[in-house]
Amino acid sequence: MARKLPAKDVVVIGLGWTGSILSYHLAKAGLDVVAIERGPWRDTATDFPPAYAQDELRYAVRLDLFLRPAQETLTFRNKADQTALPIRNFAGFLPGNGVGGAGIHWNGQTWRFLPTDFRLRSHLTERYGASMLPEDMTIQDWPVSYDELEPYYDRFEKLCGTSGKAGNLKGVKQEGGNPFEGWRSAEYPTPPLKQGLGAMLFADAARKLGHSPFPQPASNLSEPYTNPLGIRMGQCSYCGFCERFGCGNYSKSSPQTCVLPALLRLQNFTAQTESEVLRINLDSTGKRATGVTYVDTSGTEWEQPADIVLLCAFALFNVQLMLISGIGKPYDPVSGQGVVGRNYAYQTTSSVSIILKDKVLNPFIATGAHGMIIDDYNGDNFDHTNLGFVGGGYMGASQTNGRPIQTRPVPKGTPKWGAAWKKATAETYQHGYSLSTHGSSYSYRDCWLDLDPTYKDRMGRPLMRMTFDFHENELKMSAFLTERLADIAKAMNPTEIEPHPRKGPYDSTIYQTTHNTGGTVMGDDPKTSVLNRYCQSWDVHNLFIPGGASVFPQNHGYNPTNTVGALAFWTADAITQRYLKHPGPLV
Amino acid sequence: MDSKTSLQLSRRAFLASAAILLSTSASVVHGRTFHQGMPWAPGAAKPPTPVRPGPWVFFTADEAATMEAIADRLIPPDDRGPGGKDAGCAVFIDRQLAGPYGRSEGLYTRPPFMSGSGTQGYQNPDSPAGRYRSGLKALADHVAAAQNGKKFHDLSAADQDKLLSGLEDGSVDLKDTDAQTFFEMVLQDTQQGFFADPIYGGNRGMAGWKLVGFPGARYDYRDWVERHNEPYPLPPVSIMGRADWSSKG
Repeated sequence: MARKLPAKDVVVIGLGWTGSILSYHLAKAGLDVVAIERGPWRDTATDFPPAYAQDELRYAVRLDLFLRPAQETLTFRNKADQTALPIRNFAGFLPGNGVGGAGIHWNGQTWRFLPTDFRLRSHLTERYGASMLPEDMTIQDWPVSYDELEPYYDRFEKLCGTSGKAGNLKGVKQEGGNPFEGWRSAEYPTPPLKQGLGAMLFADAARKLGHSPFPQPASNLSEPYTNPLGIRMGQCSYCGFCERFGCGNYSKSSPQTCVLPALLRLQNFTAQTESEVLRINLDSTGKRATGVTYVDTSGTEWEQPADIVLLCAFALFNVQLMLISGIGKPYDPVSGQGVVGRNYAYQTTSSVSIILKDKVLNPFIATGAHGMIIDDYNGDNFDHTNLGFVGGGYMGASQTNGRPIQTRPVPKGTPKWGAAWKKATAETYQHGYSLSTHGSSYSYRDCWLDLDPTYKDRMGRPLMRMTFDFHENELKMSAFLTERLADIAKAMNPTEIEPHPRKGPYDSTIYQTTHNTGGTVMGDDPKTSVLNRYCQSWDVHNLFIPGGASVFPQNHGYNPTNTVGALAFWTADAITQRYLKHPGPLV
Repeated sequence: MDSKTSLQLSRRAFLASAAILLSTSASVVHGRTFHQGMPWAPGAAKPPTPVRPGPWVFFTADEAATMEAIADRLIPPDDRGPGGKDAGCAVFIDRQLAGPYGRSEGLYTRPPFMSGSGTQGYQNPDSPAGRYRSGLKALADHVAAAQNGKKFHDLSAADQDKLLSGLEDGSVDLKDTDAQTFFEMVLQDTQQGFFADPIYGGNRGMAGWKLVGFPGARYDYRDWVERHNEPYPLPPVSIMGRADWSSKG
């Protein structure tokens, strides 16, 4: 029997990017807010100071900052006719853990989706006809437009201090920026990062072939910056320890560097860590949430009543808590009915390895998000007529590190060990470079999340089950993008080139990305979405999922964090400006 | 707000919240509560513990001799620098197997265990420590049977290479042990030991980093980002620093 705590105005589940942004705005609006976080408190000085943050074994291999599968994992299979088995050690994607969540270990790549991405099905149907889309593809329009979200992208970029060069200021094209991006109301808060040799060689080659390379937008700051909450950040030192690491330098944007110091000063905010929410509680009508039940480290269960519940966990675990709490109709792929767990999607990445024998690349001088990029083959920026697929992605030179346990290029055909391996490893390290594509992953009827019938977590709850595989549309897209990237790579005059287009089946043992999306999709129709356009549950009006990537109807050819952050601000405004005045369905 | 005021506030807040709890439940919430200020305190960091030199912790003497011989074939000594043995790769693996990695700590180890497709990942209950113990035993048995009671480390370098290649391509059968997965694990761990920070017992003298030209735990390259095509000039440094830093005294 859970012990009951005094009621709060708002209970927040998970204290990462969305949880900290929502907590700040609602506490600032005068509400009494408690955030409950499964993992530990984390901070720069205690968890990743520059004295030892640059430890590849601890952070990148043993995954010190990540969720332990013993705490929570999921089962996986490619197809519905297989038995899903537990992911016993995270490898293909890496959910974060603790205060800051994925905002600690991300690379800082800070992209906006394209205006056409937000009306994807309508746009593609208008341009190519409905027959262009595979019958089992379940993509749908977002319930918000790019124009509506633009001010919120701007707010998240200003919170982060993102470094970059605008390509479109209020409709006017800007030299040196991304000519394909949607209009921006303002320039990036800080100028672009400096570039290494690999990126400059790529940019020269791309320009020669008629493309428009630009610096990747980065929340690894090119110069010191004070954000709108008054928090000061440092200049990036190009140490090459971003992805899988916390930044010891206060220069990568995260809840720690951008929100928490201001949030913790608000008297009406409390964070409760190492406490796992077991379920969201509903009243007898099933239409109103009464709060949450969580368990602390001693195993004691507590009931935290609240007027508003904000589900701010990592995308996958948002879906799991909805299913476990019995909120919304679970998706059934056979009938196509139901919504929770529907439209799970991912990202389709690929690469081209090159060796530039006569160049010294210093690959360890890097950040998680520098590099030069072209966007010519993203979304519907290019004509897909007769290509046999839809979708696309950005591509370019964005190698993030030279950490030698995991980044050790060798020529094709090199043995995996022995004298020849040692020689090739020594001779190639300074000259090997990886170019990459970052492609969309559209949603399908047979890719979904539900509860596993066999495996349980440490609390005795069912693990979530993922059924996912790449579809022909995405594999064709990846082949096309990788060929275009190889064309540019050839113009860099490499001594060796090896394209690696994405091939199926999806393999959960090979790291690709942690951009897991969908499952609690936002939309205009309760039959095909869990949330309305304000990220509010259709079924339970005082429950919001404010912008975790689980709300994406499909995934586009960009990293998700900027859209996640923008939707967090969007939802915060909807709650403070509308919901608090008239609590009830906003649509 | 200075830190003293902050601490006082926190103390008051703690007492207030404790009072609420006492009145409602007569108990204390486990987990940690943060309220009214960042919990900044000196000496709260969690640095890694350096590996202690000295006797083997996990391996038996025979296992260690075999592991050092394997490490020297996977990464042979040559004019570019030390091999896997002198770089401490076996010491690294020994200490890792005696720690959380060896015990599969933090992994999902609940039954049932069923075999699946390769895309679903490792699905056996045994831990890395158990796999090394049984794998090295199977290897020792195989060598003894095939080579007149010899041990792996008694074989010539050429014979060791031949045997390792056989494990790698699956042509050597190790009875109950899957030779290929065992070999892959040993190779991965050996290379990790060669390139991980020396604080963990391998990469001795930063041999792995010197081999490729990785500057290690340095943290600031602002002056070198745009020095294109120029090799970075400073030698590598470990989390523990460099030997010549402390010897200057």
